[in-house]
Amino acid sequence: MALNSLSALTSPLSELQLSQLQQATAGLDPVQTAWVSGYLAGVSQGPVTAQPVASSGQSLTILFGTQTGNAKGVAEQLGAAADAKGIAYRVVSMADYKVKSIKDESHLIIVASTNGEGEAPDDAIDLHEFLATKKAPKLDSLKFAVLGLGDSSYEFFCQTGKDFEQRIGKLGAEIIVDRLDADVDYEEVATAWIENALLEVEKTLEKGGVASAPVASATSAVSANKFDKQNPFSASLLVSQKITGDRSAKNVRHIEIDLEGSELTYTAGDALGVWFENDETLVAQIITKLGLDASAEVSVADKTVSLQAALIASFELTGTHPAFVEGYATLTNNATLLKLATDKNALRDFANNNQIVDVITETGNEAVTAENFLALLRRISPRLYSIASSQTEVEEEVHLTIGSVLFENEAGEQRSGGASGFLNHRLTEGGEVKVFIEDNHNFRLPANPETPIIMVGPGTGIAPFRSFMQEREATDATGKNWLLFGDQTFNEDFLYQVEWQTHLKSGLLTKLDLAFSRDQAQKIYVQDRLKENAEDVYQWLQDGAHFYVCGDANRMAKDVHTALIEIISEQGNKSLDDAEQELNELRKAKRYQRDVY
Amino acid sequence: MSQKLHDNERIKIESNFLRGKLVEGLNDNTTGSFPTDEVQLVKFHGLYQQDDRDVRAERKKQKLEPLYSFLLRARLPGGVLTAPQWLEIDRVASELTDAGSIRITTRQTFQYHGIFKRNLKSVFQELKFKANIDAIFTAGDVNRNTICTSNPEQSILHTEIYNLSKAISEHFLPKSNAYAEIWLDGKKVLDTEEDEPIYKNIFLPRKFKIAVALPPYNDVDIHANDLNFIAIIDGEGDAAKITGYNVVVGAGLGMTHGDKTTFPRLGDDFGFIPVDKVMEIAEAVVTTQRDLGGRVSRSHARTKYTLETHGIETFKKEVEKRSGVTFAAPGEYEFTERGDRIGWVKGIDNKWHLTVFIENGRILDFDGKPLKSGLNKIAQVHTGTFRMTANQNLVIAEVDEVQKDNIEKMARECGLIDDGTSDQRKYSMACVALPTCPLAMAEAERYLPGLTDDVEGLLAKHSIAKDKIILRITGCPNGCGRSMLAEIGLIGKAPGRYNLYLGGNTNGTRIPKMYQENIDEATIVATLDELIGRWALERNTDECFGDFVIRAGVVAEVIIAAKDFHD
Repeated sequence: MALNSLSALTSPLSELQLSQLQQATAGLDPVQTAWVSGYLAGVSQGPVTAQPVASSGQSLTILFGTQTGNAKGVAEQLGAAADAKGIAYRVVSMADYKVKSIKDESHLIIVASTNGEGEAPDDAIDLHEFLATKKAPKLDSLKFAVLGLGDSSYEFFCQTGKDFEQRIGKLGAEIIVDRLDADVDYEEVATAWIENALLEVEKTLEKGGVASAPVASATSAVSANKFDKQNPFSASLLVSQKITGDRSAKNVRHIEIDLEGSELTYTAGDALGVWFENDETLVAQIITKLGLDASAEVSVADKTVSLQAALIASFELTGTHPAFVEGYATLTNNATLLKLATDKNALRDFANNNQIVDVITETGNEAVTAENFLALLRRISPRLYSIASSQTEVEEEVHLTIGSVLFENEAGEQRSGGASGFLNHRLTEGGEVKVFIEDNHNFRLPANPETPIIMVGPGTGIAPFRSFMQEREATDATGKNWLLFGDQTFNEDFLYQVEWQTHLKSGLLTKLDLAFSRDQAQKIYVQDRLKENAEDVYQWLQDGAHFYVCGDANRMAKDVHTALIEIISEQGNKSLDDAEQELNELRKAKRYQRDVY
Repeated sequence: MSQKLHDNERIKIESNFLRGKLVEGLNDNTTGSFPTDEVQLVKFHGLYQQDDRDVRAERKKQKLEPLYSFLLRARLPGGVLTAPQWLEIDRVASELTDAGSIRITTRQTFQYHGIFKRNLKSVFQELKFKANIDAIFTAGDVNRNTICTSNPEQSILHTEIYNLSKAISEHFLPKSNAYAEIWLDGKKVLDTEEDEPIYKNIFLPRKFKIAVALPPYNDVDIHANDLNFIAIIDGEGDAAKITGYNVVVGAGLGMTHGDKTTFPRLGDDFGFIPVDKVMEIAEAVVTTQRDLGGRVSRSHARTKYTLETHGIETFKKEVEKRSGVTFAAPGEYEFTERGDRIGWVKGIDNKWHLTVFIENGRILDFDGKPLKSGLNKIAQVHTGTFRMTANQNLVIAEVDEVQKDNIEKMARECGLIDDGTSDQRKYSMACVALPTCPLAMAEAERYLPGLTDDVEGLLAKHSIAKDKIILRITGCPNGCGRSMLAEIGLIGKAPGRYNLYLGGNTNGTRIPKMYQENIDEATIVATLDELIGRWALERNTDECFGDFVIRAGVVAEVIIAAKDFHD
């Protein structure tokens, strides 16, 4: 029986389970499908481990709230470490967690990331809010710890983690280990913290007779990929094509990467993790400015490499964090920078607007050595890009849509983003790029191919919707598809214009609304188009449409969110509060999904 | 040849008097273009859908559609504009067009280039409501913009033919309100049964051009027009009077490369008519062409082929029958030249007229020559009119004596008057061609300045720097640049490749003949070097280059193009 003909009415599975099964098996080739069916048959013969929690003892619950998948990765690492220690545990996405069951927990570790301006990621919103309400239960007997993930170049660094610790603590729970606020290069510190945290858990956790089997969280579906973040696949660049016009203010490129031989699989909605190398010229400039020796030997992760090699491959040079500015100021005793460091806001602004090379103001300071300089830098971390292709369509390729980060420093010199500079400009066709698939279970096409979808994806936020449309076309999904796209100009910035026109013509795309901000005196954005189409938006939602948003988190996603509340309020004759509540319900039902950054 | 009507005939008939799906096309903001049928229909509303061919291949790679934009050709019978109108068209060019230029054309009007679809309605509305200018029927299978001789010094006669050209233009406008409905947000008149008495719902088989010429000037190039009224003048000076017109029918320059059944053709003089019979004759010629013209092959649909197919006498008799007017023996006239009289002339009404040479007709702020800003400044003080000429030049007309020095000073400051411009340059002309014209096979406007430099160099080299040769380039054989009436005519074949035609004359009454086919730019210059060298040495007194090449046997004279053009 074809999966897409299943329904909750005719199978013993819930809608959610069905959806997960369909997602997990989507895109499998016949050989893979046969293997999976064999695997499931084997599982059904095995011992029944129905209850995740061993009845005779306590267990550890690891909850994660993630936007890009890092928190999930850390949570899974935690689970593996707990498993190794024989601790009964389960790893659960906050999106799938019944908030009230927190009162039943004995030991809890929270791994939470933070969005741009200090908000909780989408799947953490419910729990995050619940814990601050009067309905939140007393948690006197709970022992817990929080690992926050964030980016120190943002003002509200690790704010969600801080909130969780504060809110749970206030309900009477005991903090068993100090919270970790981990920066983008979190791996090493996270690993150390996990070890420490589990030691504390072990001290008080009553072990049951049998360690419960690790229960996969509801969101972690079958992942057969043998390459991951730490062990990426060396792929080659097939195509790098600028897709903004010659007169565009932007340089957005369509990237095609060859996955042949990797057996990597991805689902529409997933992201591709890309490890990048820094620009050699930039590295040379930094070394010269510092008056250091490029060939000086330094130690990176227990390996000895040249300073030049370390700076190219192992450290962040394009994103500056405030701690670097502060550390460098102290190291060099630079009066200007030291003064700057006393004002946190000014410091952060300065860090955000200057690359490492531009923070180094003077040349050849004697206090700077290769070692102490590297100690100030963050380790390089891969960038995640929403995948712009469907494997059903492109098979062993993966496509990305990448906007170049290009700007001039105060001296008017050209500066470029680390990963976008690497992928868009330094990497040539045929060149090697290390990649891995980052699952995004929070951004999935509806399980039902007949369900209509509304996609809001201005700028490079268009990427996953290209993937969605390829997928829906390849699988003959009959649901209506509505895309809202926006950018600066119609002529120059209409990303994948010809493809959308083709989809419109074929009928795959039901509706296409465009907002080009600079084509008229008055700026028009996607949220304006949504409001103009309020009646249709509401009707589509009434008809069960899923609503997707991808792109800028700070302005666009917020404006779209507000617009949606207004539309629901106005069209449904509801108060704004009720409309917001309805939107929350849509989010909980996974009918309102966002991939924003 | 199949007798199936050309598909454009279906489009016209199905269009509900030129409405088609223009409104839907206009409202579709997912593309900068119109649907296929509507691309044909917009022409009747004065537009050509084009795209920037310089970036066409690149945009395909960029997954972007071609960079579509529109050319809008204004309807400006006789080419006359007031200063306030000038200021408006200048503003619209800057604010709403990508090219930012006012391009004077051989049709004695101006074109805008690079109007994006989203700006079309604004352009139409600004033109209509601020400057009272429309673009109705400046393209398409209808009577196009009616042109007349720009003859500033004979002001009274000029006024008469200008008024005539305006009347003709208006006579052949559509009755349908489609233009206003689509572009000007005009209301559809629902309760009137629409009919086009002149055009019916089939319009004409092909474009139709009318010119009014005032001898001895043939600046309108009568042999590029389907229908010409050549003024027959009695008396001189203040006493000069137009007694009637000779009617010359069936000229046209377009042809198709490689198709010897197509050719440029001189018109036939049907004879003389009195001044009060012009409209009857015009309508009879137009409706005869409507009913007899070919509608199977568009490259054989113009009036000239109708004359060839049905016979001149048959056509003429039909016109007499429909108009109730009998042609008299042709009146006497003589053309002596085609160029504009660059510089100041004083009219008989004591007003001054300054004709300025505009290379390629392109009014834009060039480096060191801010023509557009300069004309804007002039228009702010000018109390007279501006007149566009069929040679793509401009007359700042009706200047009072007291303003003359001031206007001259401003014209010099912006480069409108440039004493260094040679006669050769003034007599050189090109159509627009690349990058916007979809028909262009090679460069024309962008090639002309450089080629003119070369020809100036050759004239100097052979010690005849003050002489000139009528030189014209057109990017395709369609003929907008009127190469087929030049002494040296170039027609584009492929990028950097041209057919070279020689042997037209200075007054525009002889078609040149192909001398070299598909040659590159270096070969063109080398060929001209040799021929100009011979002309300099061997010519008779006052013998123009076109006459010389025929007398010297370089090319044979084209006498009846239908028979000897392709020999």
